[in-house]
Amino acid sequence: MTIDMSKFLDTFFEESSEGLDAMESGLLNMQDGAADDELINTVFRAAHSIKGGSATFGLSEVAEFTHHMETLLDEVRAGKRAVASDLVDVLLESVDCLRAMLAASKSGDTQNPERAKALGERMAKMLKSQDLGAASKKSKTASSDARLATPDSRNTGWRIAFRPHAHLYRTGNDPVRMLRELADLGDFKVECDTSRLPRFADVQPEECALAWTIELRGDIPEKRVREVFDWVEGDCDLSIERLAADAAANVQSKISVHEAKAKAPEVKSSTQDPRSASEATSIRVGIDKVDALINMVGELVITQSMLGQVGKDFDMSRVEKLMHGLSQLERNTRELQESVMRIRMMPISFTFQRFPRMVRDLSQKLNKKIELRMSGEQTELDKTVMEKIGDPLVHLVRNSVDHGIEMPEVRRAAGKAETGLVTLNAFHQGGNIVIEIKDDGAGLPRDKIIAKARKQGLLGADEEPDDDKVCELIFMAGFSTAEQVSDVSGRGVGMDVVRKNIKALGGSVDVKSQTGKGSTFTIHLPLTLAIMDGQSVLVGGENYIIPLVSIVESIQLKPGMVNLVAGQGEVMRLRNEVMPVLRLYQIFNVASQVTDLHRGLLVVVEGEGKRVGLFVDELLGQQQVVIKSLETNFRKVAGVSGATILGDGTVALILDIPGLIQLAQQPVGVDRVVPVDNLTTIAA
Amino acid sequence: MPCILIVDDSASMRQMVTFTLKGAGYEVEEAVDGADGLKKAKIKAFSIVVSDVNMPNMDGITLIKELRALPNYKFTPLLLLTTESTAEKKQEGKTAGATGWMVKPFNPEQLLATIKKVSG
Repeated sequence: MTIDMSKFLDTFFEESSEGLDAMESGLLNMQDGAADDELINTVFRAAHSIKGGSATFGLSEVAEFTHHMETLLDEVRAGKRAVASDLVDVLLESVDCLRAMLAASKSGDTQNPERAKALGERMAKMLKSQDLGAASKKSKTASSDARLATPDSRNTGWRIAFRPHAHLYRTGNDPVRMLRELADLGDFKVECDTSRLPRFADVQPEECALAWTIELRGDIPEKRVREVFDWVEGDCDLSIERLAADAAANVQSKISVHEAKAKAPEVKSSTQDPRSASEATSIRVGIDKVDALINMVGELVITQSMLGQVGKDFDMSRVEKLMHGLSQLERNTRELQESVMRIRMMPISFTFQRFPRMVRDLSQKLNKKIELRMSGEQTELDKTVMEKIGDPLVHLVRNSVDHGIEMPEVRRAAGKAETGLVTLNAFHQGGNIVIEIKDDGAGLPRDKIIAKARKQGLLGADEEPDDDKVCELIFMAGFSTAEQVSDVSGRGVGMDVVRKNIKALGGSVDVKSQTGKGSTFTIHLPLTLAIMDGQSVLVGGENYIIPLVSIVESIQLKPGMVNLVAGQGEVMRLRNEVMPVLRLYQIFNVASQVTDLHRGLLVVVEGEGKRVGLFVDELLGQQQVVIKSLETNFRKVAGVSGATILGDGTVALILDIPGLIQLAQQPVGVDRVVPVDNLTTIAA
Repeated sequence: MPCILIVDDSASMRQMVTFTLKGAGYEVEEAVDGADGLKKAKIKAFSIVVSDVNMPNMDGITLIKELRALPNYKFTPLLLLTTESTAEKKQEGKTAGATGWMVKPFNPEQLLATIKKVSG
């Protein structure tokens, strides 16, 4: 039978990367002194599984490399080796190296053997330095791996005396099966010795009382014969003797068949090609989620058949039943949708888990003392969102470590603990996920930022910005406060890129800072990119969708609430807050019957901490909408983030609230000249 | 055809074993660790159990010990998958009641040969 091992490679790679993550976090915890048995076992098991799998699936370099790691860890497990920091270092580096090796095997790239070799040597040196037990064990494994490879010299056959002990059956072994196996090896003759059989009345059916003498003719390596009895060593009396030389030519053909059998596996394992592994990305989904889904589909089927029955011979008396069925259908659909969405949701720990390692390495490099605390790792968010938020998060954590936390002596002088604290926190808030990166460092250097902004021309010389404005400055393009571009952060990728990336996900980022006490970056992200809750509104006879999360309130305007300010267009004062008013029918250039501000409605929306009022004809209903990209189907349109298809088949545009707010902040141009209606009073 | 229980915490290993054995016509069920394996073995009498040694929750040695104590598994072939082929490891398995072992890495052919050795 030919089995293509490469089909298991994908699973193996996925599982190895999980194993490596487990090893990494385990090692980091070990370093913190928490080297309990369970932790060591977990790390050992991960190395062990990767070694076993890589050897099985033909990745011999990986297997060889992992073997050193496993041996080291085994010694730790057996209490023969202490968890020293050099050990953890070497193992952590090995994890990185292993990750690279696996990635290279996966993509079919060429490996970088020097790194693995150097690390392998380092580990081998460590192994030698302590005990010889490990070394001898290694050679034993090696010699046993070489089993089967060297056939014995030719011989004519074997005489085997096999006398099982009474308890043999209880090991799960069966002499009949063993005899059959021997019979397969060559020309087979057997005699049964029944002398030990008790009288029938005394027979213990669970015990073995028989013995056998076997003559096996043919050129059979002793190893093959011994192998048959490999498992019953100590459970039987066994003698294997060479038969006196005589003719055995008649069994020659049989033997060659066996040799061919033994050779076959080698050929197969060398033909596998990791490149043939498909590149398809996959998600691992918990069984419970799949079960919930299947359950849901089951209910959907029931509802469907119920509705089918109602519809078969329908009359008005069944209307109630129909309505009932339809509401059930609606519930089923909604639940199904939620379950399907949940499949794409993964705990944010997948992103968080890289940070302990990163902070450790950075703090070593910078000679800082930093503790990383994480909470809310189980908070779930969409896989796509998670993949894209990784880099911005890395940047922000780097920033906190590099610029935020001060050197130990500076901290001591400021009366703070020497060890700085960086906190990562994630939680759900409404339809959003919020990620906080907080440090207890120096806070944003206000004076430096202002000076830099002035130099860059981002700020007028006489402007004295408030704290919020200062915080905003760091997100401006071309702004980096690091006086020198350090290795850690400030590699040309600025905070403006971070903000841009987060914005592209429909999220926002802002920062709060207190001088001397630290700063907090807060990221708001939508849970998913595919579906959102929307408020549909009517503008000039057309449907538009406003994301529900950005709506603050909807109000009916009263005369006198809106003023026209020179250069800024219409503004409205609402509970002591002044905000611009945007007439959507003007922005989208549609003819609307409703142009009097007090005849329509004003939807107050918020984005990036700013509010504007959107003037619409009327509010329709709230509904979940499936977001379709307008860009891929048409082209990018300012003020519109996408489109959706409504229940009646028509297309509705989804408003891009941050985009509209930016539009409102621009000085009024020629095309935004607002006609003065009877509500407005002109402010000088 | 005999029904075989494969107990291993590595999904790729389980996949490989299951695929190979199913391809050869055996019925196969999977368990993710010793505790899971014991639970499944109590529900249904398997004719062969193949178990990894290093697993979370319950290791292979303990599983074999527990299984051998069950009336249904008194004579059942219980095989261990092990990367270590040292005498002490084998003895540990034997003492627990294992019928035999298979040394990792093994390929599908070796697996089939071993299963054939203990089936029927």
